[in-house]
Amino acid sequence: MNITMILDMAADAFGDRVGVVAGAQRLTYAELRQRAYAGAAYLRVSGASRVALLDVNSPAAAVAIFAAAYAGIPYVPLNYRLTRAEINALLARIAPAAVIAGGEHLALVDEREGIRVIAREAFLNLPDTDEALPEATDDPRAIAVQLFTSGTTGQPKAAILRHENLMGYIIGTVEFACAGDDDAILVTVPPYHIAGISAVLSSTYACRRMVQLEAFDAAAWIDAVQREQVSNAFVVPTMLGRIVDLLEKSAYAKLPALRSLAYGGGKMPAVTIERAMRLLPQVDFTNAYGLTETSSTIAVLGPEDHRSAITSNQPEVRRRLSSVGRPTAAVEIEIRAEDGRVLGAGEAGLVFVRGPQVSGEYLSQGQAVSQPQGSPLDAEGWFATRDRGYLDADGYLFLDGRADDVIVRGGENISPGEIEDVLLQHPAIADAAVVAIADEQWGEGVAAAIVLKPDAQASIEELQDFVKRQLRSSRVPQVIAFRDQLPYNELGKVLRRQVRQELAELQPQPQTAVA
Amino acid sequence: MAMIALKAGGRFKSAVSEVQVMVIKAPPGEHRVQCGGVDMLGANAPAPEPAAIDSADSGETLIGKRYVNADESLELLCTKGGKGSLTLGGAALEIKQAKQLPSSD
Repeated sequence: MNITMILDMAADAFGDRVGVVAGAQRLTYAELRQRAYAGAAYLRVSGASRVALLDVNSPAAAVAIFAAAYAGIPYVPLNYRLTRAEINALLARIAPAAVIAGGEHLALVDEREGIRVIAREAFLNLPDTDEALPEATDDPRAIAVQLFTSGTTGQPKAAILRHENLMGYIIGTVEFACAGDDDAILVTVPPYHIAGISAVLSSTYACRRMVQLEAFDAAAWIDAVQREQVSNAFVVPTMLGRIVDLLEKSAYAKLPALRSLAYGGGKMPAVTIERAMRLLPQVDFTNAYGLTETSSTIAVLGPEDHRSAITSNQPEVRRRLSSVGRPTAAVEIEIRAEDGRVLGAGEAGLVFVRGPQVSGEYLSQGQAVSQPQGSPLDAEGWFATRDRGYLDADGYLFLDGRADDVIVRGGENISPGEIEDVLLQHPAIADAAVVAIADEQWGEGVAAAIVLKPDAQASIEELQDFVKRQLRSSRVPQVIAFRDQLPYNELGKVLRRQVRQELAELQPQPQTAVA
Repeated sequence: MAMIALKAGGRFKSAVSEVQVMVIKAPPGEHRVQCGGVDMLGANAPAPEPAAIDSADSGETLIGKRYVNADESLELLCTKGGKGSLTLGGAALEIKQAKQLPSSD
């Protein structure tokens, strides 16, 4: 079992179909395989134990995933936004390695033994290989992809996905060649994100043309949708917000070819998805929830769910617009209490997932070769996502933030999301992040970083009263700090640890201590 | 191979055509899987004695299709298409209706 099967099938059945488009560059599926063969031949000769990619989206990302698999080594896409020192520290951990680098990223790689750099264009123009490649390994446990997760403290961790995980995901969620001749998906997530990996694998297996954007920009995104007659796309919530902003205030045609828009990677604000659905009524919206450790999507809120939710008068149906939908056919999901008890419908706890696509594995720190830490799965194969949430009576999954973000105040568990939802209803508030703060009396207390709308004003007391009117007094932020903006990562996830560190330096205001 | 144990991820090739399959799921125990009326071989088995397709079999196995037995306890994914129908213990396998899944990435 090997992900090379995905490209082999696409190239055998639809070799003449265009697989990858980036600007003026086009590769058919047959050419994609030819480039992957050439890349694999280069990698074999190079003696690399890993192949890294240090680049924005380009055909090299699609070629490199499969070239690594044909060569029998893991593919390691790196975050090109890291500092030079961080990038080189990661490269030291994967040597001996070949590094494919594009444009200005070439200059970021320090000269070092065991690191061999090749420019993107050189990699894409390697000589064709006539030599038959040895059969790709059939070992389903071989590592296909290694992703460094962006730890905000300490060293990044190296998550690994095996061939059996990625194949389990693809075969469990995609039908071969389900895309039509004219279908195209616009890919804007960076190649080092799990969604960037799954976009290549899913699209190739679906035989769907991939249109790559180097980096996200709302105007460029809309232009590409129109120019390439894009039918499908995946965006993170911040991207959708910017697209909707631009569509609303400009004379763009409402993207007639676009049929399907999937989103994920963070919590979607209700107002954004509702605006998007009104603006693009012909589009099927799908919310996808997944993690790096689960080879991407494990739950899906489909187009019909979206339409029935937005038109329903029943609160429990309408609420589903804020859920991440139901588990895909490829996995099972259950909710457990802290003590491990499996919880019933409506009971909030920790989200566990099980299925062939679930890896959950990390390489041990400092280990250059593949020596995973003990299995992260329990005896029955369940993986703790560290997300909190509940399943409703019909099996829809509602998320409630990361377990690590829960505020424990005097033994009471408080979810930051619940308080943020209330704060965001305040007319003066543009953005809010709620985090734990140390409290002498209660162990932890509630603190909020607030971004006000332009020219809007609100006092700390007014905001505290606003929360108190809707939630229990224990939920009222005892510290409120105003900020020009909140720290986000490039995919629109708020960096809570950074907010927590900043607010930790502020003292609680005694007059607002509430019991 | 005659009777063999099937397990998920296992790959087999036809003795009479280009057909290749991968096991998605399989019932426990040992089974006889044939293509074109002749036992299939392990994917890495040496080239077989030339075998002729059962002349009564005019069927074809299609790339990307999933083939199942009556109770769907066996599911094979065709990874390379070609001549010959698939059977399990002599019973024909049918193409599983594809579920249209919402595209999530």
